[in-house]
Amino acid sequence: MAIEVSIPTILRTYTDGAKSVEATGATLGAVINDLEAHFPGIADRLVDAGSLRRFVNIYINDEDVRFLGGIDAEVADGDNVTVLPAVAGGA
Amino acid sequence: MLTIAQTIVDAIVAHARLDHPDEACGVVAGPAGSDRPERFIPMVNAARSPTFYEFDSKDLLKLYREMDSLDEEPVVIYHSHTATQAYPSRTDISYASEPHAHYVLVSTADEVDVEFRSFRIVDGEVTEEPVEIVTGEVE
Repeated sequence: MAIEVSIPTILRTYTDGAKSVEATGATLGAVINDLEAHFPGIADRLVDAGSLRRFVNIYINDEDVRFLGGIDAEVADGDNVTVLPAVAGGA
Repeated sequence: MLTIAQTIVDAIVAHARLDHPDEACGVVAGPAGSDRPERFIPMVNAARSPTFYEFDSKDLLKLYREMDSLDEEPVVIYHSHTATQAYPSRTDISYASEPHAHYVLVSTADEVDVEFRSFRIVDGEVTEEPVEIVTGEVE
């Protein structure tokens, strides 16, 4: 079994249009590295200087990874990882 | 061009007025690929700020799951500016992440005459578009 990763519209240019892809890894960081190996360039959209980007939300199952240890959050086979860019802005 | 029902425009403006002087934000979802804004979904501004808005992260996940299960997409993403004009700020442009959405901006800087404008924001490029307000359903 693998980890299913949901890809938001704006990042589907990296995944040939796929809404969801499979990846492996024991931590979120490892999953992102595995994604990068298959979809070069995607990691930079998620990670900046070793930390998750502030305006990208990543969830493991239903939990925001900020509450699970961020890039070090543990993932297990069968988990769902969802990536959603923040909807944000301001004057 | 954005074609949108008067009732939804009124709901967006009412939300912006209600949350003034903080920025209000939300989505109008519609069937995927239809470009029809049909389902008005006001969101909580987790930043509760007169100069910033951000959907709460849990609400965001719930919203996208719900739209996914209904085969919808965010046709309109709206927010208000409460002291400046209804034009995307640098912050708005840098965080815009739905290339297919109409970014609607409402300005409540003038209490009486609320500005309502729509933009595409793609790869950092802003293009204003005409807004056609219709009575009844959008065809």
